[in-house]
This record gives sequence, structure tokens and C-alpha cells, in this order.
Amino acid sequence: METLFNNLDLFALGFQNTLLLFAVSAVFALGIGIVVGAMRVSPVPVMRAFGTLYVNLVRNTPLTLLMFFFAFGYPKLHLLKLPYTTLAIIALSIYTATYVAEVLRSGFNTVPTGQAEAARAIGLPFVQTMTLVIMPQAFRAVIPPMMSVFIALLKNTTVAAGFSVAEAGAIRANLSERGEPAILVLLWVALFFVILVGVLSVLQRYLERRWRVLR
Amino acid sequence: MEPTDSAPATSNITVRRGEPLVVVKDVNKNFGDLHVLKNINTVVTRGEVVVVIGPSGSGKSTLCRAINRLETIDSGSITIDGQALPAEGKALARLRADVGMVFQSFNLFAHKTVLDNVTLGPIKVRGLSRAAAEEKAMALLERVGVANQAHKMPAQLSGGQQQRVAIARALAMDPKVILLDEPTSALDPEMINEVLEVMIQLANDGMTMIVVTHEMGFARKAANRVIFMADGEIIEETTPEHFFTDPQTDRAKDFLSKLITH
Repeated sequence: METLFNNLDLFALGFQNTLLLFAVSAVFALGIGIVVGAMRVSPVPVMRAFGTLYVNLVRNTPLTLLMFFFAFGYPKLHLLKLPYTTLAIIALSIYTATYVAEVLRSGFNTVPTGQAEAARAIGLPFVQTMTLVIMPQAFRAVIPPMMSVFIALLKNTTVAAGFSVAEAGAIRANLSERGEPAILVLLWVALFFVILVGVLSVLQRYLERRWRVLR
Repeated sequence: MEPTDSAPATSNITVRRGEPLVVVKDVNKNFGDLHVLKNINTVVTRGEVVVVIGPSGSGKSTLCRAINRLETIDSGSITIDGQALPAEGKALARLRADVGMVFQSFNLFAHKTVLDNVTLGPIKVRGLSRAAAEEKAMALLERVGVANQAHKMPAQLSGGQQQRVAIARALAMDPKVILLDEPTSALDPEMINEVLEVMIQLANDGMTMIVVTHEMGFARKAANRVIFMADGEIIEETTPEHFFTDPQTDRAKDFLSKLITH
């Protein structure tokens, strides 16, 4: 307990940053993932090709390498200067978006093709067919795997610790300098992660109940 | 609820009855090695009711779906009201809005109420206000006899009711022509009649219809013309009376004899 209470400032700062990384990245990953997922089922071949290329390129790259690129490669390009936190958010977002896109695509496949045909038959263009008819039905089917993607994102935020972002994963290194026993600190960090993931699981159960498919 | 006037969705169509509306010219399509449409030529005029019949696998559904480009064609052309079918994109969407489609498996939007199913197109495609779209939708639902189900979800309705909603959804777009692809094939016998009655009423109102069906009663009562297809070709094209009493080809005779024995 002392390990926790004596260093509450660090724990608070760490988890605050973790939640910031998570929340912002989750929003962007969902946004990019929806667009890329839709591209992959688009009737336009160029769109499909771009979506496939993006998913395969980014998903096949380890997150650590992506972070390396943004933390060390990007500044060398001498573009707009961005703080490390922002760079970490960009890396996490475009990485997680590939998983979101693939989960959504499997969701689209659960919606019977007749639904899309009926939407097209009343004159809805592709984007509206997706947003008004396919996605609302696909979301219900993908809540469990989608939540797994977001849980993975929450834990992946710790990778940012290696790149000077003071989030929860960095707590141990900082506290070691203060002379706290590493194993205890790690246990506390792990416990907080379990609690955070627990919150996501509750959210999942709530969404599943709320969007239950009526057939 | 306002009473429905005589023919709200189709009243403007009867005026120009007789002009060519759907022109199918030299259409060919292959599914791999299978030649499903072989040099199909036909013209459907305004106000005409055409029934397409034939054994399964004869290409009749494919032809029906090709007319609003749910199936692409390999060669030939299809024009609707003088406009060639665009390849993709906004122009195609606009054209599809003018071509109603009713499917064998209803395909009502499962996540929307009956009323929302009917108002979606008018609001999003035609730009009607919600109030105007709902008023129109209720009139159409009244017309097909399911107005009292307006706030239920599709899954809570019987097959016959769902198919009548699907017809109302197609009519809500004020289509120039309505395609019905085996509209009664997925229904229990006692529900077939309620859908056929709506279809006959629609035909009498002057709607241009292309109907793929095995319902000979509907063909006799409401159709101007029967197209008999087999193996991807149009074998016979004549009046229902003539087709059913005096088929010219062996293929048609054979098909009709099998129907009658049931």
C-alpha cells in the first residue's frame, strides 16, 4: 500500500496519460477503421486496393517499429514538429485502425447481401448504403471482437513508454529510481489495468444488450 | 389517417401509356462457362405488365436483376426511359431510384421499423421532409393493408405482410417501373393471395411491371404479355391467353404440363 500512496502523483500522471492515449487513439482508430473497412468492400477497385494495401502494410508491421518510426523517423523529416504524445497517438491510431477495419469487414459479411441490394435498389449510393443500412446491423455483430481490439489498444499504450511518453507503463522505471521495489509497483500497475479492462467489459455487455439483433 | 386516393404513386404514368420504357437489346451474360443470358431482346412499354416465367436456372431472375444492374451484363445494352444504365456511382443510384425492386426474400431493413423502411428512400434519396415521407408511407401501407403494423420491426410480421411492406417501400420512390423477382416464392400458400391481390391492384392502376413468377393465376388475370425463358433464351413471347392455351414450342408445352400436374 505504501508503494502506492507514497507515489500517488506518479501513478495518477501515468494512468492519466494512458487514458488520454487510449481515448484519443480509440476515437481515431474507429474513424479511420470505418473508412478503411468500407473501402475494402467498395465497388471501386482503386478504393479496395488502397484499403487492402493499408491494412496489410500497417498490420504486418510490429507496433514497436511503428512507434520507432514516429518517435525517431518522423522528426528527421523536418515536417511540423509534434510532441511525443501526439506521435504516439498517431502510431496507435493507424495501427489499431487496421484491426478495426478487419473486424468491421467480418461484421459486414454477417449482414445478408439482400440488405445491401435492397438499399441499392431504392437508389441509395454506396456511402449511404453502408452508413444507413449495413453498418448499423454490422456493429451489433462485432461488439465482442471490437471490444477485444480496444482492450488490446489499451494495453498497447504501454509501448509508448519506451518513447518518452510518461504513461502507466513508465511508472515502474520512474519508481525504481525512487527506490521502490519493482515487483510491487508492477503488481499495482497490473491491477489498475485489470480494473480498466473490467470497465471495458462492462461497456461491452451493456452495448450487446442494447443493440441485440432482432431477427 | 387520410384515405388513399385512387392511385397516388402511379397516376402520372398512365398518361403516356404505350411508349417504350425498358429496352433490352442483345444482352449477353456469362457466369464463368455458363451462358445465362443469350442475346436477350425485349421492349417493355409504359403501363405494360410483363410476366417472365420459365424453369429454374433459365436466367429469368438474372434478367430481372440486370434491369437495375444488381447483375452486370457482358454485352448488349439496357435503357430505361431512354437512358442507358450507367456503370456505377451516383448516376446509377439515381436511375435505380426510378426502378422499384421487390425481392423473393423481402429484404426489409432488419434494424428499422416498417414505417422507417418505407420512408428511408423518400427522405434520403428524394429529399422529402420526414413528415411528408411518413404521410406518404402511411398512405401506401394503408393501400397494401399493413398500416396497423407501421411501428413494428420486420421480424415481427408474417412473410406476406413483409412482402407487402416491400412493395410499399418500392412504391414510395414513385418508380417508373417495378421489378418483382419471384415475390411469392418464399411465402406460405395462404399468404400468396394477399400479395397477389396487391400486385393485381397495382397492375390495374397502370403501373409498369416486370414480374418473375410461377403464379399462372396472376399471369392470366393481370399480365399483358408472357415471356417464356429456358436455358438463357427467350423461347416464347406472347399474350397469356395464347401462351397457356396454345404454346408453340415443345419446351413450353413440357414446362406447362409439369405445372398443371401439381
